[in-house]
Amino acid sequence: MKEVYLENQANTKIDERVLSEMLPFLKENYGNAQSMNSLGAVSKDAVEKARKQVAELIGAKDNEIYFTSCGSESNNLAVKGIAEAYNQKRKHIIVSGIEHFSVLYSARRLSQSGFEITYLPVDKYGFVSPDDVKKAIRSDTILVSAQHANPEIGTIQPLEEISKICREKNVLFHTDAVVTCGIIPVDVVKLGADLLSLSGSQFYGPKGAAALYIKKGVRIIPQIDGGIQENGRRAGTENVTAIVGLGRAAEIAKNELDENYKKMIHLRDRIISELPKKIEYIYINGPVDRRLPNNVNFSVEFIEGEGMFLHLDGKGIYVSSGSACASKSLKMSHVLSAIKVDTALGQGSILMTLSKYNTDEEIDYVLSEFPLIVKKLRDMSPLYSYFLKTGKRHVAGPGTDYEHEHEHDENQ
Amino acid sequence: MPFYSEKVMEHFQNPRNVGEIKDADGIGEVGNPVCGDMMTFYIKVKDNVLSDVKFKTFGCGAAIAVSSMVSELAKGKTIDEALKITNASVAQELGGLPPNKMHCSNLGADALHKAIENYRKKSGEKI
Repeated sequence: MKEVYLENQANTKIDERVLSEMLPFLKENYGNAQSMNSLGAVSKDAVEKARKQVAELIGAKDNEIYFTSCGSESNNLAVKGIAEAYNQKRKHIIVSGIEHFSVLYSARRLSQSGFEITYLPVDKYGFVSPDDVKKAIRSDTILVSAQHANPEIGTIQPLEEISKICREKNVLFHTDAVVTCGIIPVDVVKLGADLLSLSGSQFYGPKGAAALYIKKGVRIIPQIDGGIQENGRRAGTENVTAIVGLGRAAEIAKNELDENYKKMIHLRDRIISELPKKIEYIYINGPVDRRLPNNVNFSVEFIEGEGMFLHLDGKGIYVSSGSACASKSLKMSHVLSAIKVDTALGQGSILMTLSKYNTDEEIDYVLSEFPLIVKKLRDMSPLYSYFLKTGKRHVAGPGTDYEHEHEHDENQ
Repeated sequence: MPFYSEKVMEHFQNPRNVGEIKDADGIGEVGNPVCGDMMTFYIKVKDNVLSDVKFKTFGCGAAIAVSSMVSELAKGKTIDEALKITNASVAQELGGLPPNKMHCSNLGADALHKAIENYRKKSGEKI
């Protein structure tokens, strides 16, 4: 069966060149990077080479890169580690409401131990307002954390403006750049970041290696104690194989960034412009400008997201959905809620994220199969038949008593 | 292991009895679009037997499979037999449902019972 992978915000397919670089470290180069013997030195050199490759991708110095196991760990270390390092006189943290859960839950954990958290709202496109950041900063604010781009709706935040405000107010600034590093240009100096999270699994590297950039001079309290690795800031035997993969992936991403960017944005814009011509009543979530080159998110009215993705799955097209049913927690995505997508419409959200491997031919296939699936589900949707008969939509705002409203309609 | 059982997927891919009955004897509806699941059942009753059952459903894979299974179980049954179909027995017939789908998506029997209630109310009114 044909397979089209459009869930690259979840994970990317490893680049063959990355894999072949990694394999020797699963076989003959198995030394511990902290060992004093020659085998250990091979591993140590490999880790330091990867550090340089990652540093070069984001315009940092080698000794500002700290390896972790995943993006979530980087975000935990950044938010908790900074809060704990600067808590002598200050106790306030600011995060945007559409951060990844690893930032939001880290903040929540801090709030349970005496820190105060401000959650910034976003506008209907998902943008954080620099003005809101300015207003939220207090004399005891330690850190502002705002993601570079949102994985779900693709919004690229105005980080340069936000970080400028933080600098002026002497507040540290962290950005979760997990979905932008290796995909769009990321330069820590230009962005004005004091800390920045990235993960290799987002740009064709393996799972199991990620990094936190910590600007020289910024203090941090380790969240894993017990070792000298990573300059004492992150204990644990280095996952040399994955780190080597992350380094090579960073190098390739930097060299091929422009080419991949153009390819993905072409395919993204094809879906965004062609799908609404084939399907009525679909609405894009997130901005048109300042959007990730690989992000497409639509709400398809009158049907539910999980049904769509299961049918797409049956056709070998792998996507995801922000609908409540499609999540294991049975809650609509916090991002769609934050941009105030109508609750019923949010149930019909479908997310497609592209990679450098996708082709025009694959997009042709998606564009021909998807409308048939929508039709099939709409043909069995009571919401759609109600709309066809009455020209009206069921109002489905929070707290709407749908049953009551329907009985009322019947009596008319 | 896939998220849904083979039987759930089979009913989801090929749902039975999808549609509306124009001159239905009873209509029952549960859920709402906010929750992400809504089912409308239509029944036709002849000599105390559900001679036809159709449904329309907005919802996830489980909701669609449940509706399809309920329609299949209920069709041809007497009203008393149909009232014995429960959400739990439907889930069992489907080879089980994921735990987080048991509550909100497994409402098919409720919708069917509501349609029967509606039929009884209507026929009572006629007399």
